[in-house]
Amino acid sequence: MKIAKKSELHVSIPTSSMPDIVFMLIIFFMVSSVFKQYDGLPVKVPSAVVTKKMEQGKRDICYVWADRKSRVMIEDQLVTPQVISEIVYPKLVENPRLVIALKVDQEGEMNVVNDIQVALRNASALRIVYATRFK
Amino acid sequence: MIVGERRARVAEIPTASMADIAFLLLIFFLVTTTIDSDKGIALTLPAMGEDFQVKSQMITNILINDAGQVLIDDAAVGQGQVREAVSQIVQQSPLDEKGNPRQIFSILTGKATRYGIFIDVLDQVKQAGATKISIAEPRE
Repeated sequence: MKIAKKSELHVSIPTSSMPDIVFMLIIFFMVSSVFKQYDGLPVKVPSAVVTKKMEQGKRDICYVWADRKSRVMIEDQLVTPQVISEIVYPKLVENPRLVIALKVDQEGEMNVVNDIQVALRNASALRIVYATRFK
Repeated sequence: MIVGERRARVAEIPTASMADIAFLLLIFFLVTTTIDSDKGIALTLPAMGEDFQVKSQMITNILINDAGQVLIDDAAVGQGQVREAVSQIVQQSPLDEKGNPRQIFSILTGKATRYGIFIDVLDQVKQAGATKISIAEPRE
């Protein structure tokens, strides 16, 4: 009995739609990615040689902003420095790894910085970072 | 005269390299985008009421007035010379068990001192190798 010759199997993945898929992906990410622009006050932080990258993730950092007009902002609200401890304390209880990043304008006054630090000490938020730029 | 049937012209843009172009674009943007990361000078504040006595010779006072003039242990120092002055003190300082200089540097500013100047001085003190830095509450 003659056995029929096995027909050769051609397997190929169609690649003609590959560019469409890639373009779709690129367009999806272009449209859906949101660059967090700025959620505080317009500040120009000073530069320093000993600047180090913070190893904490975004969720472990709480920002406090202070601009040159001595306005203080935390959690998108303008506050007086004394109120900071009331806002920071519950956050610290929730996340003990919390680090406070002080984004203070280089023209700001030390008076305000000190008031913020006193408020943070009151809330026992002792780990702080002065936000700076690389020099 | 018989007019010949017009041949339909087929114009095609080659699309074979489209994928390559798209990938190039994708890789270009992947490489060039930088995600702004947080950076700064880390510091641990003392807890409330955690005051303790230290021998006065163990403390070097760095005073910065409202105008940004710097005084290290009662000697006027230019704003750019803080690093040299501090590193001299650091070198003479006895070391603790971890090998860090024992000398404490206390930075005291005026109420209206600019934050930029304070950071500049703090930066220089850290560059000079000081590890024990205290930030005093500003006074009038």
